[in-house]
Amino acid sequence: MVAANTTQPLSITLRVWRQADARQPGKFVEYQAKDLSPNMSFLEMLDVVNDQLTGKGEDPIAFAHDCREGICGTCSCTINGKPHGPGKGVATCQIYMRAFRDGDVVTVEPFRAAAFPVVKDLITDRSAFDKIQSAGGFITVRAGSAPEANGMPVPKPDADLAMDAATCIGCGACVAACKNASAMLFVAAKVSHLGLMPQGQAERDRRVLAMVGTMDELGFGNCTNYYECSAACPKLISHDFIARMNRDFLTASFRTSFKPESAGASGGAA
Amino acid sequence: MATLESKTPSGPLADKWRKHKADIKLVNPANKRKYEVIVVGAGLAGASAASSLADLGYKVKCFVFHDSPRRAHSIAAQGGINAAKNYQNDGDSVYRLFYDTIKGGDYRSREANVHRLAEVSVNIIDQCVAQGVPFAREYGGLLANRSFGGAQVSRTFYARGQTGQQLLLGAYSALMRTAGAGTVDLRTQKEMLDLVVVDGQAKGVIVRDLVTGALERHAADAVVLATGGYGNVFNLSTYARGSNATAIWRAYKRGACFANPCYTQIHPTCIPVSGDYQSKLTLMSESLRNDGRIWVPKKKEDRLKDPSTIADADRDYFLERMYPAFGNLCPRDIASRAAKRVCDEGRGVGPSGLGVYLDFSDAISRLGANGVRERYGNLFDIYHEITAESAYEQPMRIFPAVHYTMGGLWVDYNLMSNIPGLFVLGEANFSDHGANRLGASALMQGLADGYFVIPYTIGDYLATQKPGSRPSADGAQFKAAEEAIRTMTKRFVDNQGREPVSHFHKRLGKLMWEFCGMARTKAGLETALQKIPELREEFWANVRVPGSAETLNQSLEQAGRVADFLELGELMCRDALTREESCGGHFREEHQHPDGECKRNDDGFGHVAAWEYRGEGQTPQRNVEALNYEFVKMSVRNYK
Amino acid sequence: MHLFGLFFRSSIGRKILMAVTGLILIGFVIGHLVGNLQVFQDPDHLNGYAQFLRQLGPWLWVARLVLIVSVVIHIWAATALTLENNRARGPEPYGVKYTIRATLASRSMRLTGYVVLAFVLYHLAHFTWGAVSRESYKDNLELYTMQNDYRFAGMPVVKAGAEVHDVHEMVILGFQSPVVSLFYIVAVGLLSFHLLHGFDSLFQTFGLRSSRWSGCLRKVTVLFCLVYFLGNLAIPGAVLIGSLRPHTARVAVSGR
Repeated sequence: MVAANTTQPLSITLRVWRQADARQPGKFVEYQAKDLSPNMSFLEMLDVVNDQLTGKGEDPIAFAHDCREGICGTCSCTINGKPHGPGKGVATCQIYMRAFRDGDVVTVEPFRAAAFPVVKDLITDRSAFDKIQSAGGFITVRAGSAPEANGMPVPKPDADLAMDAATCIGCGACVAACKNASAMLFVAAKVSHLGLMPQGQAERDRRVLAMVGTMDELGFGNCTNYYECSAACPKLISHDFIARMNRDFLTASFRTSFKPESAGASGGAA
Repeated sequence: MATLESKTPSGPLADKWRKHKADIKLVNPANKRKYEVIVVGAGLAGASAASSLADLGYKVKCFVFHDSPRRAHSIAAQGGINAAKNYQNDGDSVYRLFYDTIKGGDYRSREANVHRLAEVSVNIIDQCVAQGVPFAREYGGLLANRSFGGAQVSRTFYARGQTGQQLLLGAYSALMRTAGAGTVDLRTQKEMLDLVVVDGQAKGVIVRDLVTGALERHAADAVVLATGGYGNVFNLSTYARGSNATAIWRAYKRGACFANPCYTQIHPTCIPVSGDYQSKLTLMSESLRNDGRIWVPKKKEDRLKDPSTIADADRDYFLERMYPAFGNLCPRDIASRAAKRVCDEGRGVGPSGLGVYLDFSDAISRLGANGVRERYGNLFDIYHEITAESAYEQPMRIFPAVHYTMGGLWVDYNLMSNIPGLFVLGEANFSDHGANRLGASALMQGLADGYFVIPYTIGDYLATQKPGSRPSADGAQFKAAEEAIRTMTKRFVDNQGREPVSHFHKRLGKLMWEFCGMARTKAGLETALQKIPELREEFWANVRVPGSAETLNQSLEQAGRVADFLELGELMCRDALTREESCGGHFREEHQHPDGECKRNDDGFGHVAAWEYRGEGQTPQRNVEALNYEFVKMSVRNYK
Repeated sequence: MHLFGLFFRSSIGRKILMAVTGLILIGFVIGHLVGNLQVFQDPDHLNGYAQFLRQLGPWLWVARLVLIVSVVIHIWAATALTLENNRARGPEPYGVKYTIRATLASRSMRLTGYVVLAFVLYHLAHFTWGAVSRESYKDNLELYTMQNDYRFAGMPVVKAGAEVHDVHEMVILGFQSPVVSLFYIVAVGLLSFHLLHGFDSLFQTFGLRSSRWSGCLRKVTVLFCLVYFLGNLAIPGAVLIGSLRPHTARVAVSGR
């Protein structure tokens, strides 16, 4: 039943954002992509177009990609206005040409957000996520200092929920999809993953305040509860985690504001 | 000729690592900050090494070609990570994990290294749990385990189908913590293009800034490579598109020996190639073989027929036929080779003819569609997403694909290569898996090397270096290396060829797959050894790299990597040709038991072959490190 | 001042301020509606209620101050967040605009907010300051004599025989203009629409919303907004269809 439809080749018109680098203005350029197999992935289609451009001596379209199995979070095209393109719970590399019809005009743009400046064509600089992570997205533990793994039981529901949050692949689709370019889903996923585990309690308040503070500094927008982020997320991470982070932030704000501080907090000389 | 001194400590197996740790030199805390260490790569091994070294007090610079250190292909490992915790009370122990790994590696790895790996496996789980890795749990809140191929105990820890990603996120979080604290100088989007050797010691690297195109020289007291495997030499593999061998290959060309390059692991259950445009092969979990039956039509002319119209009598359940005892559950390499054989006979299914059916209709009639959905629902979904076919209604098509490379740069017990100061970790080295890697062991090795081995062993080398003695990055060797890279880059960009890089990569991949893939023959390898240099020549004459070198240029990045694959592929064939035996992932058709199992030649080849570069156009030197099995007896691998 | 900084400077802090002030304002509009629905009873009720509020004296001003501060913070936070959001979206807009599931209510918060603000000012000018339609403003109407005690929480807070402003009359006269009524209906419609996003949104901001009960919360929200809208529609609607009529003869006013 599928076989008949899926072998019919298709041709599309690509409208691709071309931008030489961060400083120069970009524009849409049209390319014809002909006789494509519907079983080709979207990125493979770009490979083919690029090989043709190369043959003509033109600059191929730069696009970010790596694992091509939806787990590394590198690929990041906005296809027809939707980050990662048509489909639910998939990354760009998991889009196949059968999602399009013969004759379609397909617009391909980078993930857009002030905090994700365009590097070239469809590639953006998402290092802001790494900076947020650096601010507090960790549990401080030196190699060798960890206690016995089963010394601290983690209730299964908590571990499962933490795992839901931890599935984030750091692609930035949440930011790209958000009307406000907010990074709340990303940060919430990180804060929740670590905050749900008993191991993460020692740094919990510091973590949420630091990560949110850094997120704000980096020029992301603010959450207005549109829930576009979770709909665009290739791992379908729930915006429930945003609610959870809001609560965490609120309690952390009060706690750190009123909790007495040790005079020797900076640590004494040995 | 390079000297290959394994520096394996003496004494009883179980005491070697403890004894070694007590014996090796230390660097005092105040001196540590005077040493700079370059770590290239931030996968499991690189990220864990960089953060651990920084926590010890060393000044660490970490280079990553990705836009973020969280993207390394360690993330793609699905199954899990082994550790000899014996939480299941099923008789596991460090020795058993050691033994399984040695045996799984077909007796081609170093005993002491493997034992150390098994020893520290328990620390890895402690470390990762403390970092907040959300491993699967039992209802009581304690860690859950599952069993995995090649072992009779349940010792695999997992985090849904994302164990690699979760472990990497743990290592990445440690790396980002140290980067935030300023103890690691993290440089993303910088690709290492050369190793700088000063007075015979590794003292720096040349990197290219992938955004600006600028070449940079970086000096250090030691260089750590954790840049992964080289399976992309086959073009189509389960590797990420960006995975490459450039760092280790260029180190090889600077004198580091390349050990056992022919050991490649082929995974039997991948989604087959659908067309020439294909860029990637996706792995389907091997667990599918528990309930699926593998077959091809008996007659060639049936191969394009709708499978449901082929009568049972016209189907060849070839694994059940050839290996009645194990049937569809026979080991990875055997299943892979059998699939290749029936496809070579022209009975492969699917448009390309390179595929076999994995049929669940029996399982569905036994368990019901829902029963099958419960077990394999997510895998069927992945299959549907990629192929638009429902495995509930028609059989899946699968084919083997390159999955891991056991070979890599030669290292001693300290994980230092034969170039002093050059350390190699994770899949980039050759040390722990012998000729075949067991499932759920790659993650273990990467983290063992980074968290628990290099922090000790690097001190043994650095203690011999005077603090502050590292050369300046403006030295002659640095400038010369940079200039050589500039020349190479210019050659690419100025080359007015006609074919894109991918054209050559695809052709190389086909050659490698045909002649140096699952089953190798003398004649085939000799053909490859003739064709690869021809292809290489054509590549340099006819490759087209548009754009300039002074900007982000993905064609240029790819060109450099493929240029290296074109040389590495040849070395792999040479190694495969020289190794006149079959072992693990290296199968020479001339050397097999009647049942198709590998026929090893322990007397002739019970050693590591470490190839040494001798200059452009020269045949590399084959050095040998004998494998002395003191504790385990080399025997025929038997899973029956 | 750490806490102050967290609330007024951070993104989540300001969202929490939006939610807190929003909650206060929702409380107010509910109370306001319930109070005004007394217009459907005899004039003693609404007039007594109005008189009771006047008698609160300084407490009335405290309440008003809370409301004014809430409105100011709500609008300030909304403006600040919006300005940042526009900046965060970056210099280049998407070539193709696409919405996956954000509701129209959520995407038009700013617009509905503006209209509601304009309406509130008009509404105050109309019934509180008497700046529009002066002839039907309470100060210009005859005082009303309470027939019975007005009781609040069981206590007789306004005694029978007291001379009070005839707010009941003012409301009905005010809504006799179809233009005014229509504007009023449209405005409360938009306010209800504003609340359609705002109501369950504040649960999200306080971290009290989760998939366990978000479906239920959504239903409650829709029901609340509908009831609120219908309640508000009832007053001008009843006046327009003539089921609510002035209790004094209109001649009395014009004959003054």
